[in-house]
Amino acid sequence: MNVLMTGVGGQGIILASDVLSEIMMRYGCDVKKSEIHGMAQRGGSVMSHVRFAPQVSSPLIPYGACDILLSFEELETARYMSYLNENTRVIVNRFRLAPPTVMSGKEPYPDITSILREKTANVHLVDGSALAAELGNPRGVNVVLLGMLSTFLDPPESLWIETIGDMLPARIREANIEAFKRGARLRMQ
Amino acid sequence: MKKILSGNEAVARGAWEAGVSFASAYPGTPSTEILETIVKEYPDIHAEWTPNEKVALEVAVGASYTGARALAIMKHVGVNVAADPLMTLPYTLVRGGIVLISADDPELFSSQNEQDNRHYARFAKIALLEPSSSQEAKDFTREAFRISEEYGTPVMVRTTTRISHSMGIVELGDVQPQKAPTLERHPAEWVMLPANARRRHPVIEERVVALRKLAEATPMNRMVMSGTDLGIISSGVAYQYAKEAFPEASFLKLGMPYPFPGELVRAFASKVKELWVVEELDPFMEEMVRALGIPCHGKDRMPLCGELNPDIIRAAVSGETALKTAQPALPGRPPSMCPGCPHRSMLYALRRNKCFIAGDIGCYTLGFLPPLDAIDTCLCMGAGINHAHGMSKVFGPGGQKLAAVIGDSTFYHSGITGLLNLAYNNGAAVIVILDNRTTAMTGAQNHPGTGVTIEGDRTTDIDLEGLVRSLGIQWVRTVNPYEVKNTRAVVKEALETKGPAVIISKAPCVLLKTGFLPGKPLKVDQETCTGCKVCIGLGCPALEFRDEKAHINEVCVGCNVCAELCPAGAIGGDV
Repeated sequence: MNVLMTGVGGQGIILASDVLSEIMMRYGCDVKKSEIHGMAQRGGSVMSHVRFAPQVSSPLIPYGACDILLSFEELETARYMSYLNENTRVIVNRFRLAPPTVMSGKEPYPDITSILREKTANVHLVDGSALAAELGNPRGVNVVLLGMLSTFLDPPESLWIETIGDMLPARIREANIEAFKRGARLRMQ
Repeated sequence: MKKILSGNEAVARGAWEAGVSFASAYPGTPSTEILETIVKEYPDIHAEWTPNEKVALEVAVGASYTGARALAIMKHVGVNVAADPLMTLPYTLVRGGIVLISADDPELFSSQNEQDNRHYARFAKIALLEPSSSQEAKDFTREAFRISEEYGTPVMVRTTTRISHSMGIVELGDVQPQKAPTLERHPAEWVMLPANARRRHPVIEERVVALRKLAEATPMNRMVMSGTDLGIISSGVAYQYAKEAFPEASFLKLGMPYPFPGELVRAFASKVKELWVVEELDPFMEEMVRALGIPCHGKDRMPLCGELNPDIIRAAVSGETALKTAQPALPGRPPSMCPGCPHRSMLYALRRNKCFIAGDIGCYTLGFLPPLDAIDTCLCMGAGINHAHGMSKVFGPGGQKLAAVIGDSTFYHSGITGLLNLAYNNGAAVIVILDNRTTAMTGAQNHPGTGVTIEGDRTTDIDLEGLVRSLGIQWVRTVNPYEVKNTRAVVKEALETKGPAVIISKAPCVLLKTGFLPGKPLKVDQETCTGCKVCIGLGCPALEFRDEKAHINEVCVGCNVCAELCPAGAIGGDV
């Protein structure tokens, strides 16, 4: 199984991919994860590959082999089309951060849903950022989206909750569990 | 016990398991997290940030001369700085194991070049280990110390960004005790005068032969036999990509590619019909295969530039074009200096004074991007000062307006000698030291100017202005770059002086707790704004321009630089 997480610096993508990797290891899979840190943290694009299976060789997902694309920012969803195939499930968080050329009025923010639908019909648009804000912690969007992601993967809810409890700060444990559970319900919407 | 570790964390773990006593590094992507992990997880290892990589290697060598095990860590271009000690180190006697980590950066995710440092191992005639996973990063680091002591050789462990920053499951091992230091004298093996070094050179050549025998036998080099149609020799992360692309092929996986195990390669080649060498960057192994007289494919069909991936390898080997769907053109997100960054206003002041701005390595190199467009050169650490000096001597007195910018960490790394030269040879250039009190680009590491060590201890605090004066610079000013008008005036004055001039632009990085105290976002009064775009010229991510007016978004930290510049007085806190 190949999960690609995309978004922009500061959205907690690296942490979310760490949590997913840990869960899949505890579930008994071999896991590899690859991302680039460095300059990305200064407002740049962030992409994390998470792969799990009985045995994983390459830490990078081959082109066309992404099973689930979990995107934290709308435009970033469309940046990695070569990894998608017609069955890829795409989860898009409704959140826009205008890149510099959009900010300075040089070009419009692109319509990504039409780009995505050319490739796959499996597109879920979710209000993860709005839900995280409603729950009182906008930075918890990563846990909300992990909740949504969990509904497409095998490990039981209890393993997700236990792992999130172990890896995220204890003082916001209850808030994170709530965010995770509410995130899981986004699928129904 | 199993744990998910990055390659960098795994190297740190391997060093700890090997009983390492001492580790030194200069921060550099993708190697930085190794020493940071050591400090955080394994405090019984003494760790230190050194001013540069030459110092890092030399202090580690000193530590190993006591019989303790020592690790020096750097990115690929850092090895260039450490190349002087590296090339003579193999002549000297090894007591405690001495291991050099070289973290290379194919694809230049955060570097000025993508040199292939495997050549250094061959150049220095030392053992080279190349892990292809986090598990191997740990195991090979540990094994490197054993080889170092058993064969009396420094060992290079070469990772790449995809190994350093990828994570995988690691089975942890037991921990060997640290070795107690003892003081011994070995002048014939440690004093590299010609007479001694001449006697030591044959030792190196004999050692290469012994290491080659090790490479033929070590389980780090192994055949993974499957079908006989396709045989692939590979190492590092390229091995994982190749295995992904061709699970049915046979492999000769080389975890120790130098000294090159020729007999093993011959045996493998004889078992397969078509032989490929799959490696990132240079044809390092391929040329040694060809030197054995064995025909193979490799860089005749595989790219020399950038990193590989399973698709590039599949396409090259099978002769197909890579499966790459059309990617729509999308607005990019180039990295930029943070809102409130103190570099921005200083670079703006320099650009407005219409001078040539020699640059260096650090966050301020991003000032190259429009609209600031304020960096004219970037070669390597410490080069900017020297560029400006060299240009000034050719133009002569009253020539062009020349400046150079260099960060504080970069100045301590390799700017001091350049500034000494500027003073000594009386160059006419303005050197701006961007003193933001940290090594910002790599994630805010301490350095000799911050007064704190990596272990968190208070230490001597460098008097930067005093240091600059002691190098022979007489014209020195310290400015607060947030005071834009004053900064521009000081730059102008400096450019008018006849000899060398130094401006210390002193303001902590905004990401530091001690940095600029973030205020509320400023606002643009839409009635007063004339749409002149002066503020937009700062290139601040907080400033937007739409409907012929400037706007400030929520990432603004209230540094007030744009407000001070606005000719219409339209920007303020409570407009």
